[in-house]
Amino acid sequence: MRALGMTSKDANNRKGNTKSPSPGVKMQTIDVNAWFGAKQALKNINVSFKKNAVTAIIGPSGCGKSTLIRCLNRMHELVPGSKFSGQVLLDGKNTYAADVDPVMIRRRVGMVFQKPNPFPTMSIYDNVAAGLRLTGASKGKDLDKVVQTSLEQATLWDEVKDDLKKPGTSISGGQQQRLCIARAIALQPEVILMDEPCSALDPIATAKIEGLIVKLKEDYTVVIVTHNMQQAARVSDFTAFMYLGELVEFGDTESVFENPKKELTEKYITGAFG
Amino acid sequence: MSNNYVSRKFKNRFFFTLCLLCVIIAVIPLLSILYEVISKGAPFLSLQFLTNDALHGGIGPSIQGTLILIGLTSLIGVPVGILSGVYLAEYGNNKYASFVRTINDVLTEFPSIVVGITAYSVIVIGIIGSFSPIAGAVALSIMLIPIVARTTEESLKLVPNSVREASLALGIHKWKTTLRIVVPAAKSGVVTGALLAIARIAGETAPILLTMLGSNYFFQGFRSSMDALPLRIFRDARWDDPRVQAEAWGVALILILMVLSLNIGVRLAARGRFKR
Repeated sequence: MRALGMTSKDANNRKGNTKSPSPGVKMQTIDVNAWFGAKQALKNINVSFKKNAVTAIIGPSGCGKSTLIRCLNRMHELVPGSKFSGQVLLDGKNTYAADVDPVMIRRRVGMVFQKPNPFPTMSIYDNVAAGLRLTGASKGKDLDKVVQTSLEQATLWDEVKDDLKKPGTSISGGQQQRLCIARAIALQPEVILMDEPCSALDPIATAKIEGLIVKLKEDYTVVIVTHNMQQAARVSDFTAFMYLGELVEFGDTESVFENPKKELTEKYITGAFG
Repeated sequence: MSNNYVSRKFKNRFFFTLCLLCVIIAVIPLLSILYEVISKGAPFLSLQFLTNDALHGGIGPSIQGTLILIGLTSLIGVPVGILSGVYLAEYGNNKYASFVRTINDVLTEFPSIVVGITAYSVIVIGIIGSFSPIAGAVALSIMLIPIVARTTEESLKLVPNSVREASLALGIHKWKTTLRIVVPAAKSGVVTGALLAIARIAGETAPILLTMLGSNYFFQGFRSSMDALPLRIFRDARWDDPRVQAEAWGVALILILMVLSLNIGVRLAARGRFKR
């Protein structure tokens, strides 16, 4: 496993100290900083994500939105030359503690990427089953049933139920993205991270995914990065606005959009820049 | 103005003709070799020629030897080559790997006689104590591994990173991601590369001359000398009798048929797969 690029002063942060979680908070970042080489992408981010809610992260390109959610499932550290400091709590436990295996965190915190990325050699069925099979979690489970439930939850079942053996890459982009969502929820994660999941999709496919996101929060905690402010307003309960690596404003979506506290937020939301 | 245009047009023609001429010069030897080998080798083709041992006017031991040699070499070289390529592509983001990569490139261009003499002194004299098919296979593997490692690395690098990320984000371990997601995605490239590399080293002579010597008999065991098609060509061509010398063309034809059919077959199969 790749060692984290941590400085010695961060070492005391890694002792897995447990804080009693605030009620309803699923994940929380504490003084999170992240770098790519010498470039600092995140500066002291403190934000929490409520359980069974959709939190949207908005902000202009390069503001660190994607980096932030990639810190939540420890994908950031896979980038060569990246560094991280701070803590990310999942149910109050530091996921960056020295004794935590990032692989186990990723099983609890699933992710959907910007571009649909089904496994190219696998059928639709195998794509959904891949997570269970390759993590060894398929033992004693009825795979057929998990595949069906996951595809149903991702509202894709009716469209592909007769083509489960077809390659995962043979369906449309919007369907592929829902396949990727089904693949993520097949592992029954607790949190689902979505990194601009609709940016490569047409409006109809986007509408389907948005409807799905709202539905997903019944069972999962959802964090979505989006470029599209209307989308954030439509699907999210909470919104975080980021700019140049800093968290500018955080609050429930309605107040962030209708009554922003910071001038910068208002400017961005009204389209003055970005 | 028009003068300039005429001269430009002339230059254009001139260089085009020059390039065409060079291509023809490059192709002539290849075609003439094929013509020579086929016209002089074809008369030898017969069942006896293909199946009898050398004492009965056949090249059976050479064909058998080449097949055994290719098998053994693939057995040693292909797994090591592929895994080296996997290392370089998936874990190769460090100084040690770039060192390995450099060595690998150097080894690809290494004079084969040097590989042969090293295998001779280390394995034939040092370890086994006699000429041996295994020594020959090791020598050829040394030539095969860098080629396979390189083609494997290139194929794996063509797999988009998003596929790796998708797998890792599911909490699938890195080694499993590599083995079950990345390598299968690159499978056709890896297999094609390995088979083409085998076709390339199947005609090598120097390394096996020093390690297997050659033989008139069918396979005699792993602690004994063994024949192969290139060795038979070498022996026949140096024989005093012009009839035996001429026989070398027949052997050469078989060798070329084997190598070309492997090469062309793999390319056709790969093309079919990529189309689909």
